[in-house]
Amino acid sequence: MKAAVLVFPGSNREGDIARAIELVTARKPQMVWHGDGDFDAADLIVVPGGFSYGDYLRCGAMAAQSPVMAEVKRRAARGVPVLGVCNGFQIITEAGLLPGVLMRNRQLKFICGDVHLRVETGQSLFTNRYQSGQVIRVPVAHAEGNYFADAETLRRLEDRGQVAFRYCAPDGTRGGTGNPNGSINDIAGVFNEGKTVLGMMPHPENAIEPLFGGGDGRGLFEGLVEALS
Amino acid sequence: MKARVHVTLKNGVLDPQGKAIGHSLNRLGFPEVGEVRQGKFIELELAGTDAAAARTRLDEMCRKLLANTVIENYSIEILS
Repeated sequence: MKAAVLVFPGSNREGDIARAIELVTARKPQMVWHGDGDFDAADLIVVPGGFSYGDYLRCGAMAAQSPVMAEVKRRAARGVPVLGVCNGFQIITEAGLLPGVLMRNRQLKFICGDVHLRVETGQSLFTNRYQSGQVIRVPVAHAEGNYFADAETLRRLEDRGQVAFRYCAPDGTRGGTGNPNGSINDIAGVFNEGKTVLGMMPHPENAIEPLFGGGDGRGLFEGLVEALS
Repeated sequence: MKARVHVTLKNGVLDPQGKAIGHSLNRLGFPEVGEVRQGKFIELELAGTDAAAARTRLDEMCRKLLANTVIENYSIEILS
């Protein structure tokens, strides 16, 4: 699997996600600068976390208009898989690759710590290593992760099974204190209609080694390798 | 030509910052303050003198970048 990891001014998790990819593919991903509208073909495009363009105007709004994102949109339209994590999720929603928007956390605080996620479906490129309904533990680190979409969009997302992950308690119970940011319907990650684009606030790339607190995120990268190699 | 754009959250969209501002004002001795909604104010210098054309262009700017119409409304004011 050949992966490309985008880098914007202010990205800061690109190294973590590149490392996770290298660990499961034994191959360094191509790092692509934001001004580069024409990069080598890749089986997977990753939009990493951080604070692209200093979060000016709205998180992800500036990055969504960069030359590299115009090319990512063209490739996504052709079916090239795209994974956006944290700020990457914000960027790809601002770019229109996914519906909805990430707003300020309900309690207005930056949150940093482990959360539990319920994998809503194991039937996707990204989640084939997990069982539907499985609970995994991965970290979050964000101030704007409060997912919102209007009622009509939300109904469509739910009807088409486009919710990838939901915040939950360790036993898989939805919502309550398991939802760290006020996200509507406890949504932590969503797919596009074809399930070739995934955006998620939690960081699977920071849960790949038990020595560093857990390995539940590794399955996402292993599943991608299996699906795309 | 100068233009002003106001970007505000749509009705029904939770505004935790506005709520926090309201609570602080209440605590500071302004009990008359009810709901507070917070937004953005953007001032732009524009080339040209055609206000109608500028408005059309500004509308496009708002939809493309300045506002996220999923959650935000915008209003445009042209100052000659």
